[in-house]
Amino acid sequence: MSDSTATAHGHADEHSPFLRHHFESLEQQADATNFAMWLFLLTEVMFFGGLFTVYMIYRNWYYQAFVAASHQLSVTLGGVNSCVLITSSFTMALAVYFAEAKNKKALLTCLITTFTLGVLFLGIKGVEYREKFEKHHFPGTSYSMEAFTNPASDAVATAAGDKPLPVDVAQRTELFFSLYFAMTGLHLAHMLAGMGILLYMIFRAQSGAYTTGHVSYVEYFGFYWHFVDIVWILLFPLLYLINRH
Amino acid sequence: MSHISPVLWQFLIKWLTHFAVFPPEASRIAPQLDALYFFIVLVSLIGLTIVVLLVASFSILYHKNRHPVAVQIEGSTLLEATWTIIPLGLFLMMFVWGAIIYFRVFTPPPNAMNIYVVGKQWMWKAEHEGGQHEINTLHVPLGQPVQLTMISQDVFHSLSIPAFRIKREVIPGRYTTVWFEATQIGTFHLFCTQYCGTNHSQMIGDVIVLSPEDYKAWLASSTSGMSLAQDGERLFASLSCAACHNTRPDARGPSLAGVYNAKLTLANGQKITADDAYLRESILNPSQHITQGFAPIMPTYQGQISEEGVVALVEYIKHLDSDYRVQQTTTTTDMLPESGGKAAPADSTTAPGKVNP
Amino acid sequence: MSAATIVSLPDQATARIPKDNYLTRENGILSWLLTQDHKRIGILYLISMTFFFFIGGALAGMIRLELLTPQSDLMAADTYNKVFTMHGIIMIFFFLVPSVPGALGNFFLPMMIGAKDLALPKMNLASWYFYMAGGILALWAMITGGVDTGWTFTTPLSTHYVNTNVITTGLAIFITGFSSIFTGLNFIVTIHKMRAPGMTWFRLPLFIWANYAASILMVLGTPVLAIAIVLVALERAFGIGVFDPTKGGDPLLFQHLFWFYSHPAVYIMILPGMGVISEVVSTFSRKRVFGYTAVAFSSVAIAVFGFFVWAHHMFIMGVSSYAVLVFSLLTMLVAVPSAIKIFNWAFTLYKGSITFETPMIYAFGFMGLFTIGGMTGVFLGVSGTDIHLTETYFIVAHFHFVMVGGMLMAFLAGIHFWWPKMTGRMYPEKISQLAAVITFIGFNFTFFPQFILGTLGMPRRYASYPPEFQVLNVLSTAGATILGVGYLLPVLYLIWSLKYGKIAGDNPWQATGLEWQTQSPPLTENFAVMPIMDHEAYDYEWLERQTEARQKAKEVTSVG
Repeated sequence: MSDSTATAHGHADEHSPFLRHHFESLEQQADATNFAMWLFLLTEVMFFGGLFTVYMIYRNWYYQAFVAASHQLSVTLGGVNSCVLITSSFTMALAVYFAEAKNKKALLTCLITTFTLGVLFLGIKGVEYREKFEKHHFPGTSYSMEAFTNPASDAVATAAGDKPLPVDVAQRTELFFSLYFAMTGLHLAHMLAGMGILLYMIFRAQSGAYTTGHVSYVEYFGFYWHFVDIVWILLFPLLYLINRH
Repeated sequence: MSHISPVLWQFLIKWLTHFAVFPPEASRIAPQLDALYFFIVLVSLIGLTIVVLLVASFSILYHKNRHPVAVQIEGSTLLEATWTIIPLGLFLMMFVWGAIIYFRVFTPPPNAMNIYVVGKQWMWKAEHEGGQHEINTLHVPLGQPVQLTMISQDVFHSLSIPAFRIKREVIPGRYTTVWFEATQIGTFHLFCTQYCGTNHSQMIGDVIVLSPEDYKAWLASSTSGMSLAQDGERLFASLSCAACHNTRPDARGPSLAGVYNAKLTLANGQKITADDAYLRESILNPSQHITQGFAPIMPTYQGQISEEGVVALVEYIKHLDSDYRVQQTTTTTDMLPESGGKAAPADSTTAPGKVNP
Repeated sequence: MSAATIVSLPDQATARIPKDNYLTRENGILSWLLTQDHKRIGILYLISMTFFFFIGGALAGMIRLELLTPQSDLMAADTYNKVFTMHGIIMIFFFLVPSVPGALGNFFLPMMIGAKDLALPKMNLASWYFYMAGGILALWAMITGGVDTGWTFTTPLSTHYVNTNVITTGLAIFITGFSSIFTGLNFIVTIHKMRAPGMTWFRLPLFIWANYAASILMVLGTPVLAIAIVLVALERAFGIGVFDPTKGGDPLLFQHLFWFYSHPAVYIMILPGMGVISEVVSTFSRKRVFGYTAVAFSSVAIAVFGFFVWAHHMFIMGVSSYAVLVFSLLTMLVAVPSAIKIFNWAFTLYKGSITFETPMIYAFGFMGLFTIGGMTGVFLGVSGTDIHLTETYFIVAHFHFVMVGGMLMAFLAGIHFWWPKMTGRMYPEKISQLAAVITFIGFNFTFFPQFILGTLGMPRRYASYPPEFQVLNVLSTAGATILGVGYLLPVLYLIWSLKYGKIAGDNPWQATGLEWQTQSPPLTENFAVMPIMDHEAYDYEWLERQTEARQKAKEVTSVG
């Protein structure tokens, strides 16, 4: 077999504790893992995309019911949550910056802030979900469409100026809530996974793992977190802002 | 030959007389489909022969012992073009031919008589217009186009009559249709071909093609006395549809006289044709199918009628061709024992007339 | 000796199994269960998928036994329904989809491109664990009551009308889906970023192109199946109504979501097999593949077109006639690249120097049977004929021809082709050739009668049938018995060869791939020195020069 080596990689690379031995150089490693992360996010796009497609189809078919059901969601809470997530994306981006700048204290602050904002998001989501349960808007045997057939009985519907819906249209609101819980639930699951990883990263950052110049983990987690944020930014108008005035 | 064991001989005879390799051609479309089928078989055979010949002859001609040194050939654009364009051309031809047949199978002629079929786990119920009801059997006349309007009561089924070369999924939630014209008298298999649960294999039946005279005789002997439309009329009355759907000037719903296949404008501006699917949908999901000029107050009957009931209602409405008939129904409502002596509407003065079968 | 002439049996009188190789580098069960070596992971996959294959095969045996008689008399109808459902699920998700990528792709992709491992070795191991977790969960679901929805999980049957382990099985498939996604992701990154110097895209072996195309499908398609399964589970558990017409849902929507993955899935299954055929046909005719570029682009074309034909599984389900037109047309287009490949392989034989080793026999079997399978796909893609043939045994015969006559034969071709490299041993030639022929004969007897049954109208998934279909069913079952023998033999003699097979040496077939230019079994790091690709793919003249150079230097053929 030929005897000349492939790429001339720097002396420093060979001894870098971060170079996995199946890669020829840190550059190749970074290139490959970066590509892999984007590809993974593409699979997530396909996953959420399927659900979004289902939502768009039913929203097109049952627009009237979906409008009325959407009015039951709190734009305030949803809007606050959007700000919370966007801010957490900002703090996450800052975390990557500080990791590159090898500023452990700032990195930790940013990571912890991101985590806290995540907790805040979950808390607000919990409040929203609780309200839905209490009003019997969770799909299933205890679902109630009272708020839609008789808006006068419901403060939110009255405030939105909803007209009473016929029974067969009102029945379709359950579909809206099914998709609402499925979509936000899936998003929630991704947030929980992200926060689990974030917790792990906080402990690792504490021991200086990310401030040595090797920032890949923080960077790639940043991608993931931004993706989860973007999904929410798409969810919010789709679910909360149908036909609001 | 009968020197072989009589038991074996018996089996042999049984198998040979029952052994078939091709289904009978018993409908007008069958030979047309078979022509395309055999064309594709021919092309496939030719294609396979070419491939086998190539592989076999090259393997022999260029076997290591005969041809020890291989010649490295990169390729040939001409050959690539040939075996791209010729298959593509053949496939496109088959596509067009097949599309024509497909449209023929699913576009019924205007004179097709309609039979409703409701599939449910695990039986087929056929409802003839004359009120004949069949289970797992379908009697049809020879030489008359027949349209099947089908729906499922539960899961996906699929109605298949191989001898007629037709098949159509029977799904819950909306009508699907297929038509055929039987060209051979006899009994043919009817299968459910979409897996539907435990007794999927038992959801089979017979299609019995009768000569026109025999068919008339069968119709007469199998009728329950009430046509499907009459069944529908009873339902119409018992569900009090006429309370809104009548010809009074202050009627809350549109009159249904002559509504079948009429062009309507809906409340949301959409223009539609009131076909079977529309009629069914407006009974089960009325609020999305409100005629312009009327309020969305019709209650939904989802869950209150079976698909067979809906079929009867649709059939009744299809035959409602005059206001007089609508009035008759209103009167019939009052005459039904179940209505418990409701007061007759003020303008109903005519005597009960004959009902169209 | 010229490398343009093949050495039928390894002329490896002096060959020894090298002491240091990936099998001997580490010992102990943990060194296998926690390995990050792509080769060991490939072996793990091979063993586990063989296990699942035989379970699926046993279920197939039960189906064929039941169908010996027209009555449903061997088992209860519910049991039969569970048997064919599990047969489909196990064979598709736990054998066919991971088969070549998991066992052969994992092992050889890095070696063929001159890399030390896949880009993400830990993800590779995780992928095997996801596969095992899903597989064990599926078996658990089977043992504790089974599933009887058919592998297609048609709604509303699967959501409202059965009380079997639908959610558990759906979860099992969901978990295994991750295995597929991770493998595909790994492959794509590795091929893009870790090729050896000089290994340009058009110098890649066609096996790589095929796996690349399949990986794109795995990565983009599997998530959609995942969401379809999630929705079915939610519908079953909470009655959310997405597929329930009484709640405004549309069961046809499930069909769209399901087939959007499941059609590309069949290309995920067949493309890697086609990659194997390219390698085998080239090696055993001593010739570069005819029309390399055409074959490479055909693989990608199949992957791309494969995403746009899903509704040809739904022609009679009530989709609009215009949709039928579009999807039928696209299906005709997707058939063409497969035809191109068959002709290119056939012409690879032209002016070659051909021998009939076992992998080549399987490859010939593939070409014939896949041609039949592919052409019968045209019957089904043409909308008119599909009406009569869909949902019958014609479909069953069609997909078994492409999957078993095609894919499984290609898999066996690959296993035999690369067995010497993976184990350092040759399998016994005569019995393996016999097994290949037995398989071919058994296969045709099993599945050809089913085309006739389908044309007659015999529906699929039937436990009982009209008596006039019996003769053909008996023929089919007889064939299945022969087929079973054909599949059992390789397991026996391959295991035998591990201890008693002839030593293979580096390159018993005198093949040109980079994986053949190193010891058998390979080192853990694959290459002692990073190879540089300075020649075209399938360059037998280069191989000849190598062999001459080596003989001149009188190097020992095995690395010590």
